[in-house]
Amino acid sequence: MSFPLVDLNAEMASEPIRKGFGRGLKVAGEQNQNVVALCADLTESTQMHLFREAFPERFVEIGIAEQNLVTVASGLASQGKIPFCSSYAAFSPGRNWEQIRTTICLNEQPVKIIGSHAGLSVGPDGATHQMLEDLALMRVLPNMVVLAPCDSLEAERATLALAVDPRPGYMRLAREASPIITTIDSPFEIGVGYVLSEGHDVTIVATGTMTYHALRAAEELYKEGISAEVLHYPTIKPFDRDTLIYSVRKTGCVVSCEEAQINGGLGGIVAETISEETPVPLVRIGVRDQFGQSGTPDQLFEHYGITSKHIALAAHSAIEKKRVNL
Amino acid sequence: MSYTINELELKAADIRASIIKSLEEAGSGHSAGPLGLADIFTALYFDVLKHDPKNPDWDQRDILILSNGHCVPVRYAAMAHAGYFDVDELMTLRRFGSRLQGHPERLKLPGMESTSGPLGCGLSQSCGIALSFRMNNENHRFVYCVMGDGELDEGNVWEAAMLAGKEKLHNIIAIIDRNNIQIDGPTETVMPLEDLQAKWEAFGWHVLSIDGNNIEAVIDACAMAKAIVEKPVMIIAHTIPGKGVDFMEYDFHWHGMPPNHEQAKIALHDIRTLKGKIRSEHQ
Repeated sequence: MSFPLVDLNAEMASEPIRKGFGRGLKVAGEQNQNVVALCADLTESTQMHLFREAFPERFVEIGIAEQNLVTVASGLASQGKIPFCSSYAAFSPGRNWEQIRTTICLNEQPVKIIGSHAGLSVGPDGATHQMLEDLALMRVLPNMVVLAPCDSLEAERATLALAVDPRPGYMRLAREASPIITTIDSPFEIGVGYVLSEGHDVTIVATGTMTYHALRAAEELYKEGISAEVLHYPTIKPFDRDTLIYSVRKTGCVVSCEEAQINGGLGGIVAETISEETPVPLVRIGVRDQFGQSGTPDQLFEHYGITSKHIALAAHSAIEKKRVNL
Repeated sequence: MSYTINELELKAADIRASIIKSLEEAGSGHSAGPLGLADIFTALYFDVLKHDPKNPDWDQRDILILSNGHCVPVRYAAMAHAGYFDVDELMTLRRFGSRLQGHPERLKLPGMESTSGPLGCGLSQSCGIALSFRMNNENHRFVYCVMGDGELDEGNVWEAAMLAGKEKLHNIIAIIDRNNIQIDGPTETVMPLEDLQAKWEAFGWHVLSIDGNNIEAVIDACAMAKAIVEKPVMIIAHTIPGKGVDFMEYDFHWHGMPPNHEQAKIALHDIRTLKGKIRSEHQ
């Protein structure tokens, strides 16, 4: 399936990914009156205020109580509601994992957990608020859908998809403005990984905000005569194994990119998948078993080695390993 | 169909006997809490709840949330005697493949409203259910939440208490099984809860304090709770852990233990004769 993208060399619009969630939730509320929203004292920050203003009787202010946030949502879901509950990812699912496990996943209630301000790009707030472990925490839970859209437009679509999906779901959002790389014609389906550009030397698989950086890296590599295939994975779980395996069998090596811990995150999933199906060299871009710190997003991406430059270097390294393995 | 208090007391004895038999057969599980709760569950399933055992998903039913999931043997026994499933199935408790999991699972058993075990979550779920009733204009429906006293150590409970008070969720009727024991000992030693009534009142609840082993008192308290429309209602039900079995009563060691065969025989005799007050039919 072709995936329409904006021209990366023209002037690009950018917007915080969470804004797309706010718009999507309001539309979901218009489409289905069972959609309800709960927030833990971060309503505007997580962009839930659009829903609150449109449907005040379907909005519940929980206060700073993330355990209650998701368990109240479980109760609402048990009566046929489709609850979206938002906070910062560091607190939800950071603080309430067991409640999510028991009252939502094991209980099979279609609660949608929105973790905003995830990743290093929260910047100056520092390590406490830079949630890097959410993908690992959520993907190990049976029944849970895990999404990490790449821009605000995709987040809007992902929100609408979550609202009609019968499973529990988690979606991670970022705070800072991210370039809008998808178009209104770009497809989005839960569980599908997309080929953004075809190539034959190396597969670069990215999720969330890192997809943009992966595309930039592929441009650089192209100038160096390297043909990179870029895969975009807005769904971390259920993971689209086939698209990755097909690509990796063609290119023979892979680089994974995420703004999260590589342990258990996308890097973990890619390692698990290829080592079971088609073992090839893998280099993982992401945070390597460390906490974040205060700084601008650019400083932090540089410090933790997750810029497009680092991705391009990782691609060289993966290709080199392929040669050594021969 | 309505029962006299006398008939309900005999139902409670049947439920206690089923608890003992199923725990003995299972070889593991909790004894004291379920026995102490037998009168409350008898009152709920045979008088208070609006429900239909033959149509567990009836969309106008009251919802019963069991927050302290480890006490589920009493719920299973009450459900079986109320006609949700065959009493014989109680003997599969905690076995591989059984619908009667060690801790209750919604997806396994029709009529089991929620999966529980990890403590402190039931009241929050009840808040969600009451909010749903309000959004749907279903003011005639109630959500009953049975909680242990030990689980009040969990912060999650007080988050829910605040929300219910703020939102005036009067469709919640919560019942604390105030039996004063938890695994490590008496509640007031492990983590003091008193002044429990004042705590709930401070959170915006109407509090009723009753003898939780008096079926009539439980029924009356629930009727009164329904009439209180400006606040959620907390019924502090003082119960005797292990109630009905002399050697288990008040002893926290029976919190997480099942009876062996000999103990079960003595326990069943106690229950059948109401601790010797009446002649057993076997004598």
